[in-house]
Amino acid sequence: MTKEIADEVPSLAESKLTALVVDDNFVNQTMHHKLLDRLGIENDVVCNGQEAVDVHCSGRNYDLILMDMEMPILNGIQATKRLREMGIESKIAGVTTRANEGDKKEFMEAGLNDFQEKPLTISKLLSILHRLDFYVQI
Amino acid sequence: MDTLVAQLQRQFRDYTISLSPGFFGFLDDQFTELKKLQDECSPDFVAEVVSLFFEDCEKLIGNMARALDQTGNVDFSLVGSSVHQLKGSSSSVGAKRVKGLCVTFKECCDSQNFEGCVRCLQQVDIEYKSLKAKLQDLFNLEQQIVQAGGRIPQVDI
Repeated sequence: MTKEIADEVPSLAESKLTALVVDDNFVNQTMHHKLLDRLGIENDVVCNGQEAVDVHCSGRNYDLILMDMEMPILNGIQATKRLREMGIESKIAGVTTRANEGDKKEFMEAGLNDFQEKPLTISKLLSILHRLDFYVQI
Repeated sequence: MDTLVAQLQRQFRDYTISLSPGFFGFLDDQFTELKKLQDECSPDFVAEVVSLFFEDCEKLIGNMARALDQTGNVDFSLVGSSVHQLKGSSSSVGAKRVKGLCVTFKECCDSQNFEGCVRCLQQVDIEYKSLKAKLQDLFNLEQQIVQAGGRIPQVDI
C-alpha cells in the first residue's frame, strides 16, 4: 500500500468503536471485516441472523452492525426485528445487493438506521459512519 | 533500452488495463477498491480474497448444476438463491462479466426458463475460469516484477 492511500484513510481506532458483520458469504465477510479493520474498528463476523441474535444473547454488544439481507436460517429483516425487540439499540446498517425500493423499505421498517448497497467500499463505509454520527469528516 | 523491470512493469500496466471495462471488461473499479485493502499487515489480501471467490464459484456452480439436473422437478428458487450469492461475491471482487451474467441468469430463474438457465450456467462456468486464468497471469507478472527487484505499479481500473 502506498503512503498516499494510507494518508487518505482515516483511523477511528481512538474512538474504540466495535462492529459486527452479519453475512453468509465468505467473500463478503472477508471484505467487510478488512474494511472495518482498515478504519481501526474492532469487529466480529457471524454467518446469519440467528448467530447475530445468539451473540447478543451471550452478552456481547456492538456500536455498529452491518447486516446482510438474504441469509439462511434467519434473514436480515427478521434478525433486525428480533434485535430491536430484544432492546438492542446498536446502529444497524443494512447492506445488500438486492436493492429494489420495496425490499429497501421492508428492511428499513424492520429497524435499520441506515442502508447501503453492496459492494461496500472504504468511502461507502465512511458514509455510513458519518450518517450514523460515528465519524465527522474534517 | 528498457531494463527488465521497466519492461515487466509496462507489461503489467498494459495487462491490467486490458482487463478493465474499457477493454475486455473482466474487471470493474471494485477490483481497485479490493487492492486498496492490501497492506503490510495483509500483503496477500487480494490473492486470498480472489481465491475465496473462485472457491465460491465452484461451490455455487455445483449447487446450480445439481438443482438443474432434477429434470422435470427443478427448484428455480434454489438455483436463484445460488445465483444471488454468486452475484454478491462477484460484485465484491469486481468480477464484472461474472456479475453481468448473474443478472441474466437471475431473470431466467425468475421466469423459470430452463434452457436459459442451462445456457447461463455454461457461460458462468466459462467466464469464471477465464477470469481465474487472467488473474493468475496478473499475479505471476507481479511476482516477476518483485523478483526482478522492482515495485508493482499502481494501476487503477
